[in-house]
Amino acid sequence: MAECHPVAFQWVVEAKNRGATIIHIDPRFTRTSALASVHVPSRVGGDIVLLGALVNYVLTGGHEFRDYVAAYTNAADILPPDFTDTEDSDGLFSGYDPVTRTYDNSSWQPTGERDPTLTDPRCVFQVLKRHFSRYTPEMVQRVCGISQADFERLAQTLVRCSGRDKTTAWVYAVGWTQHTTGVQHIRSAAILQMLLGNMGRPGGGIMALRGHASIQGSTDIPTLFDLLPGYLPMPRQEDQTLDDYLARLPNTGFWGNKRAYFVSLMKAWFGAAATEENSYLMPMLPKLSGDHGTYRTVLDMIEGKVKGYFLWGQNPAVGSAGSRLQRLALAKLDWLVVRDLALIESAAFWQDSPEIATGELATEQIATEVFFLPAAAHVEKEGSFTNTQRMLQWHDKALDPPGDARSDLWFAYHLGKRIQAKLASSSSERDRLLQNLAWQYPEIGEHAEPDAQAVLREINGSGPDGTLLNGFAELKPDGSTACGCWIYSGCCAGGVNQTARRKPQSEQSWVASEWGWAWPANRRMLYNRASADPAGKPWSDAKAYVWWNEELGEWTGHDVPDFERNKSPDYIPPDGAIGTAALAGTDPFIMQRDGKAALFVANGLKDGPLPSHYESAESPVRNDVYKQDQSPVSVLYSGDRATKEQVAGHATTFPYIFTTYRLTEHHTAGGMSRQLSRLSELQPELFCEVSAQLAAERGLENGGWATIITARAAIEAKVLVTRRMRPLRLADGAVVHQVGLPYHWGGSGLVTGDVVNDLLPFALDPNVLIQESKVATCDIRAGRRPRGAALTALVARYRAQAGLEEDS
Amino acid sequence: MTGKTADQNSLFGPLADVSGNAGYTEHPQRVGFFTDTSVCIGCKACEVACKEWNGLPDSDGDVLELTGLSYDNTAALTANSWRHVAFIEQDKPLIDAQSDGDGHATRWLMASDVCKHCTHAACLDVCPTGALVRTEFGTVIVQPDVCNGCAYCVSACPFGVIDRREGDGRAWKCTMCYDRLRGGLEPACAKACPTDSIQFGPLDELRALAQTRLADLHAAGETGARLYGEDPDDGIGGAGAFFLLLDEPEVYGLPPDPVVTTKDLPDMWRWAGAAAGVLAAGVVMAFSGRRK
Amino acid sequence: MSEQLQVPPAEFQSYYGRPILKVAKWKEPDLPAYLFLGEMSGALAMVGAMAHATGRRSLARTARLASAASAFAGGAFLTAELGRPERFANMLRVAKPTSPMSMGSWILAAHSGLTSLAAASEVTGSLGIAGGMAGAASAITGPLLATYPGVLLANTAVPAWHAAHRELPMLFAGGAMTAAGAAGLAASVVSRDRADFDAARKLALIGAGVESLAGYGLEHGHGLDSEPYQTGDGGKMLAAARYLTIGGGIAALAARRSRTAAAVSAAMLTGGGVCAKIAVLRAGKASAADPKYVVASQRPDGQPGSRSLA
Repeated sequence: MAECHPVAFQWVVEAKNRGATIIHIDPRFTRTSALASVHVPSRVGGDIVLLGALVNYVLTGGHEFRDYVAAYTNAADILPPDFTDTEDSDGLFSGYDPVTRTYDNSSWQPTGERDPTLTDPRCVFQVLKRHFSRYTPEMVQRVCGISQADFERLAQTLVRCSGRDKTTAWVYAVGWTQHTTGVQHIRSAAILQMLLGNMGRPGGGIMALRGHASIQGSTDIPTLFDLLPGYLPMPRQEDQTLDDYLARLPNTGFWGNKRAYFVSLMKAWFGAAATEENSYLMPMLPKLSGDHGTYRTVLDMIEGKVKGYFLWGQNPAVGSAGSRLQRLALAKLDWLVVRDLALIESAAFWQDSPEIATGELATEQIATEVFFLPAAAHVEKEGSFTNTQRMLQWHDKALDPPGDARSDLWFAYHLGKRIQAKLASSSSERDRLLQNLAWQYPEIGEHAEPDAQAVLREINGSGPDGTLLNGFAELKPDGSTACGCWIYSGCCAGGVNQTARRKPQSEQSWVASEWGWAWPANRRMLYNRASADPAGKPWSDAKAYVWWNEELGEWTGHDVPDFERNKSPDYIPPDGAIGTAALAGTDPFIMQRDGKAALFVANGLKDGPLPSHYESAESPVRNDVYKQDQSPVSVLYSGDRATKEQVAGHATTFPYIFTTYRLTEHHTAGGMSRQLSRLSELQPELFCEVSAQLAAERGLENGGWATIITARAAIEAKVLVTRRMRPLRLADGAVVHQVGLPYHWGGSGLVTGDVVNDLLPFALDPNVLIQESKVATCDIRAGRRPRGAALTALVARYRAQAGLEEDS
Repeated sequence: MTGKTADQNSLFGPLADVSGNAGYTEHPQRVGFFTDTSVCIGCKACEVACKEWNGLPDSDGDVLELTGLSYDNTAALTANSWRHVAFIEQDKPLIDAQSDGDGHATRWLMASDVCKHCTHAACLDVCPTGALVRTEFGTVIVQPDVCNGCAYCVSACPFGVIDRREGDGRAWKCTMCYDRLRGGLEPACAKACPTDSIQFGPLDELRALAQTRLADLHAAGETGARLYGEDPDDGIGGAGAFFLLLDEPEVYGLPPDPVVTTKDLPDMWRWAGAAAGVLAAGVVMAFSGRRK
Repeated sequence: MSEQLQVPPAEFQSYYGRPILKVAKWKEPDLPAYLFLGEMSGALAMVGAMAHATGRRSLARTARLASAASAFAGGAFLTAELGRPERFANMLRVAKPTSPMSMGSWILAAHSGLTSLAAASEVTGSLGIAGGMAGAASAITGPLLATYPGVLLANTAVPAWHAAHRELPMLFAGGAMTAAGAAGLAASVVSRDRADFDAARKLALIGAGVESLAGYGLEHGHGLDSEPYQTGDGGKMLAAARYLTIGGGIAALAARRSRTAAAVSAAMLTGGGVCAKIAVLRAGKASAADPKYVVASQRPDGQPGSRSLA
């Protein structure tokens, strides 16, 4: 966190200065570890074992926050008899189809019965216990290389700092998510925090550190193919009608208001053209027909199925996994539009990509028409960022962009206008949606910049007469309201741009509700009803956050309660209730259909209702926990140009693990930071970090060169020999070496270097299609890499040695 | 140089009013830096903020190359780098850290170095053109329109801070953002530092704060913590920019216990006088006796 | 009050072995050339005045002309050392006793003026009393000019220089005498009034002795801080200086009768003087470059602890 979020990390330092214990679990000793109280070096990819062992520790020792678990989680749900756990089939859940490599989750659905005593062998609590019983401290040593003594201390600290009077927070980033089991890493932490009663309580929770400025915003108002604003799902081909579509969301809890959210969105997009009669144009929306993720799309580009590509502030030639394939894909397009601050590698690939040097591509044979359009930088445009803590902050414009540089908003808006104009006379059904798009914003200045505040107001939503709404509770399912993103509704409450508020922390409470605006409804902590017991009283005075005021008949406290303000803790829903009425006064997790935190997830995850440890797609060791080595459902695109994972073959040819990460001094693919001398001189060259022991084994010298080879590519980097990397001792004395590689370098800019992401395969988490960039296997040798065709020959030799088939 | 307050400690020893001693009749409180390296996260925002505010040229050297010195690619304070973050990797435990499974312990010290703005500043003392001056804030700055690049200050500084810029020919160093101070702002590095490792303010307040911080660290078991440059009785009369370190100064590249060279100057002049006398006597002797 | 370190600390810590101090920016030939020419000019001024007063016409002429010439030549080298040579006049912007360079600039300015007058009086034959008084006055600025650079170098953070603040002015005083004497010896080779130059010969011998003693003090008087004068580039040059000076001194014994000996002596003594100045510069650079000298000089017992005195 210190490395990638130095400004936010000041609060961790502040907490430490006030007596908090900071435990840093990471394969490397980083700048975060330097300030932590404890660093626990762990093998990359083994975290589910560690977290699972902590769950096991809590359950075996009876350390769970029993009252919280019993009242607020689905621990009491009874599972059907045909549900089988990984314990029963050595690594698989019931319902697995090895042909399609998918799970059918019908056997995971709770029966509807509950055991409040939590003793029934088929209740979630007992299933959980059994599932994690093999995740022992010894297993942690064997898989992660963490000593049992270190594990004990970690577990004891965690338990000591959780409960009524104390809470513990987990903070994570892509070290957990960028795995084929990424989502299950988060699930493991969620289970642990639920058992310890840390969710919805101050100082607790699980904080996802989202990396870019506004990357939280990029999923809220999504740039993801499978979401609509506010985490409404993207319609699928099966969704012929509006009701079909809405049926995929729960009927109970706050998702019960799905119609209001969705219809308001359609009204925002299409205005008067969206009517009850035409189902608000929902049937005309583009629909998913399968995997449209970026890696699938790139493979489709290589096969000639995708013709064009817009890259806005994105540099996949360097920043995406399997970047060689990314570049080969760019070369197959008909046209490419790149908008960025400088000529990044993805724009210049046709003249200087590494494949030109090896002869795999030739400039004169690349038919892609590349348009490079200069973009405005963040101080040259106004707008909001939504960062990690769901907070929107408005940014004013400081100066005009130079020359032809324009904001992304300007580009999208004017592109839309021109396309609308071109399609105005079309009678094709396909063009109807674009023709009906309500695409009118005030235009400002000589460049006709669309008014970003007007866009924000549209996102906030308005009523039939155009008055700005004060929150999503005012959204209607009948088409009388419009709202660009229901979770953002209220950001302009009272006609004020709430996101622009900047009351200093010294002038308000520690919750600081008047700085910016957080969704939903300016709640700074989600599910904060859980900070009070079922009767509505805080679990302890020390951790009071929101509570029920009996006299006034409302919830109150330090934050906006994440609960219906007037719903009494005594409220019991009548049978057959739908929507929010279906949730009791003791159901804090209001977005879940049953209002309870899900220890066991019956729906929504492709890889299991409970987390299980599988080795990564490439690993030097077999899975010590189950017979099933890798995730049985991860997305590998085998049969395409990705690696075919064969652990046995790799163990000898690619005996080391490498992990990729960031440095403070550079930003992602380096498109911005490597253009600046100030930052470039701070970290001028790509380097790998290795332990002294690995350096000795491979003849590497500090400050010298090394070549790192995987089944995909070979790159060169300078060497930093450091005690911060240590070999790890795993099961049966096996020693595993880890190589560290920051991934910021590419061929353009003041400082250049090889592209680390070339080393990675396309291996994705099945739920969210995020790539496994945190771990793969490699070899490392002293010296620089070969140039030209000799480079591809080197990789080919390694592949042959590993028994991998040649791809074309 | 009229109006200088005579003080027996003008050259060495504790000096309560350093600006007054330099000739200011009225002046604001002395200000300085307290750099608490125990909370430094090595982010280098200070280096960048300083360069940006002061419009410094890029680092010396044409080739941008990894130094191999951990994460330190700046390597030292120079005419073009007025904040320098040092990185030291050690086999030592953190305070209440446990060793990892192998019985190892790792510590990574990070520290942002800067000009010390000494109470007794050797650079200022030896500057023959009067380019180096004491400001009303008690800081030391070079006037770039006066400096003729004699580089005497470069050899006089016991911390190896001030440097002559290649191509430009003049000496340059941290000004403690004199222009920002005159505008009522804090220096750029202090403003940028996210963890408040670099604190800026009236020097006596910072000294009090540092003592409290030191006590807290000692109480928490960090027995290696110590203040550096805080003591007005030290060899430079105390620094305007002082530090909290977690190990010996030389580990960070700092001199353990520097003394301003000017302290010995009176003695040096006396010996020079004696030598001049020897020379005179020698000449006289050479001319004695008859001519042959 | 220098710390006498007998044994360098067995272990010391540093930041990757990097220098703590900045190595001096002064370079060869400029600084050693200035030191040599300046000290020579200083002694020659006094020689010129004494020769003038005692009727040694040839010696007086040589000394006064050479004194002025070397003052200006030295000044030129000094100006070349500046990062901004066009601003050399800023040296006279202030007069600062805490800065030996400031004091030295004024001394050099005065000395250059006075020796010019004396030399002009020599050349034109006019200026009579004024020339004589200028020459006499330059006999006062002369020794100051010759010895102040010792203070200048010692008044730095460089351990090998700062520790040697007694020896350096003596080294330069001796060197001044030797250089002046060598100049006289050189002139005597082609002069008809050889007897005039015997004072120069004696001066050279006295100077060689003082230089050698001071050099010995540098090499052996300061424990670890003397190491740069014994080893490395500084050590080599100082050894060369020693041999040349001793050789030149021996040759000087025969120089009264033999022109050849006088020539050899002049050359060797000059060479020795120049080598000694180069040695001092190189030793200073080595002393600043290796952090052990700074650390050791500030931890006399190898133990942490303040050594600063109230």
